[in-house]
Amino acid sequence: MLLLYAPILVLFIFSFNESGNLGSFTGFSVKWYRELFRDSTAFTALKNTLLLALESSLLATVIGTFAALGIYRMQNKYLKTTVTSVTNIPMMNPDIVTGVSMMLFFVAVAGMFNFSSALGKTTMLIAHTTFNLPYVILSVLPRFKQMDKSLTEAALDLGCTPAKAFFKVELPYVVPGIVSGAMLGFTLSLDDFVISHFVSSPDFQTLPLYIYNQTAHNVKFSMYALCSLIIAAILFLMLAINFIGAKSDNTSPKQTKTEQRKLAKH
Amino acid sequence: MNNSAKVRKKVLAASSKSTIERSWLARIAACPHILWSVLFIIAPLMFVAYFAFTDSAGNFTFENITNLTNYGETFMLSVFFSLIATVVCIIIGYPLAYFIARLKPRKQKLFILLLMLPMWISLLIRTYSLMALLDNGGIISTFLVSLGFEKLSFIGTGGAVILGMVYDYLPYMVLPIYTTISKIDVRCIEAAADLGCNGWQTVKNVVFPLSVPGIISGVTMVFVPSISTFYISQKLGGGAFDLIGDTIERQFQNKLTYHTGAAISLVMMILILISLAVMNRFSDNDGGEIIV
Repeated sequence: MLLLYAPILVLFIFSFNESGNLGSFTGFSVKWYRELFRDSTAFTALKNTLLLALESSLLATVIGTFAALGIYRMQNKYLKTTVTSVTNIPMMNPDIVTGVSMMLFFVAVAGMFNFSSALGKTTMLIAHTTFNLPYVILSVLPRFKQMDKSLTEAALDLGCTPAKAFFKVELPYVVPGIVSGAMLGFTLSLDDFVISHFVSSPDFQTLPLYIYNQTAHNVKFSMYALCSLIIAAILFLMLAINFIGAKSDNTSPKQTKTEQRKLAKH
Repeated sequence: MNNSAKVRKKVLAASSKSTIERSWLARIAACPHILWSVLFIIAPLMFVAYFAFTDSAGNFTFENITNLTNYGETFMLSVFFSLIATVVCIIIGYPLAYFIARLKPRKQKLFILLLMLPMWISLLIRTYSLMALLDNGGIISTFLVSLGFEKLSFIGTGGAVILGMVYDYLPYMVLPIYTTISKIDVRCIEAAADLGCNGWQTVKNVVFPLSVPGIISGVTMVFVPSISTFYISQKLGGGAFDLIGDTIERQFQNKLTYHTGAAISLVMMILILISLAVMNRFSDNDGGEIIV
């Protein structure tokens, strides 16, 4: 288990190494960090990564939530199976095949319409939204299935139109699924390298692509610094989420207990 | 009276159900997604098939597919490497998953968090950090040199590539196995003990058979990315090995070889989807979905 962390730890330590030597630690220095911060492409890549993750996860969440509703309500069994299995294709397929297929598609379409450059920000957004979609649907659909049908029926009996019932009753109920789907999509998008590698152009780089290009030929210590910073950010976020999660876990049973007591008094 | 009220309630429920399923919202809700899937999932795959069966002039041909025999060795090597990586992942991952599942809940949570943390770190960074360890002049080789061994680099050996696969994908093996083991009813294990099983027999006869779905979803989650990787073999293989992923990646750097690349991708995709379908037959449990 600790072996999982050994390489990461080594990376972290050597990002502070004074000499450009992997074998021995010669002295503490932040010069690699300084070199990294002088590189403005790293900052552009960071900005691109975050924006892309935000946009693609939001788009996937909106499309995916409605898709989950539509799939849940679908009466035609055959159509339902087809839609769900097509949705799962990007999840089952190796990333490289998804990336390659999209690249061929974008290049061919751009050729048809005589666009000067086929790949770039738009194709990245489309690709990331596509591989986020199945994860959003997979986290929202179970919430719809869990939901007590009589809640919707009650809303309809009380005079809601089906659309109003969806926005007032069902949507609030599935919010946890939506949130976890959106977060999953966001992290998947931050992380993705293989698909992005195929559908990106040199003028729109994300952090993983930037790291890949920088390390293509030789070891670069400023990349150690960048990787260490990313790992530190992830560690911090994960611990924060876990801490908040643990806290709300502790408080929720208490709340229900007090609610029960209140109910009992009445 | 009571009976007729029940019937009326049923009729009402049925009618309200059909209203909501026939409402405009329910009908159009999935439409954007269906449109999106057709455009960006099905159409691109069609293009892969189109490129696989045409030459650069656009004429129909089987040549790309028949030429794949040249890549037989690459296919075999990729399958070989990823099979070994998968088996090693099971050998390390199963005991680890079992160990975690038997801990107290509080400790279980901590271990699972520790296991999941590396999964949140990009594969690229993890591979890169492994490279720092194994590189010529890296810590391990410096250490070995100081012990009097000859200077050697691990980069460029098959072992390094397999180690990279195991290191990168091990959590994907442990988590589904852990999920299935922790779901096993404790009473089954107690019953086995009551019926005279010792610890090893319990694991062999009760725990292991019940955790097979977890192993299967773990295998797919390790094998599929391993066989299609190109980053790991590029970085840790030092260019000495050509796996399917490398071959595909290289074909797509040059417009002339798109057709070959498409043919390899198509064959690989079909083989993987067939094996996934076969595996799903053996387990209708969706253990894999829980952890992603």
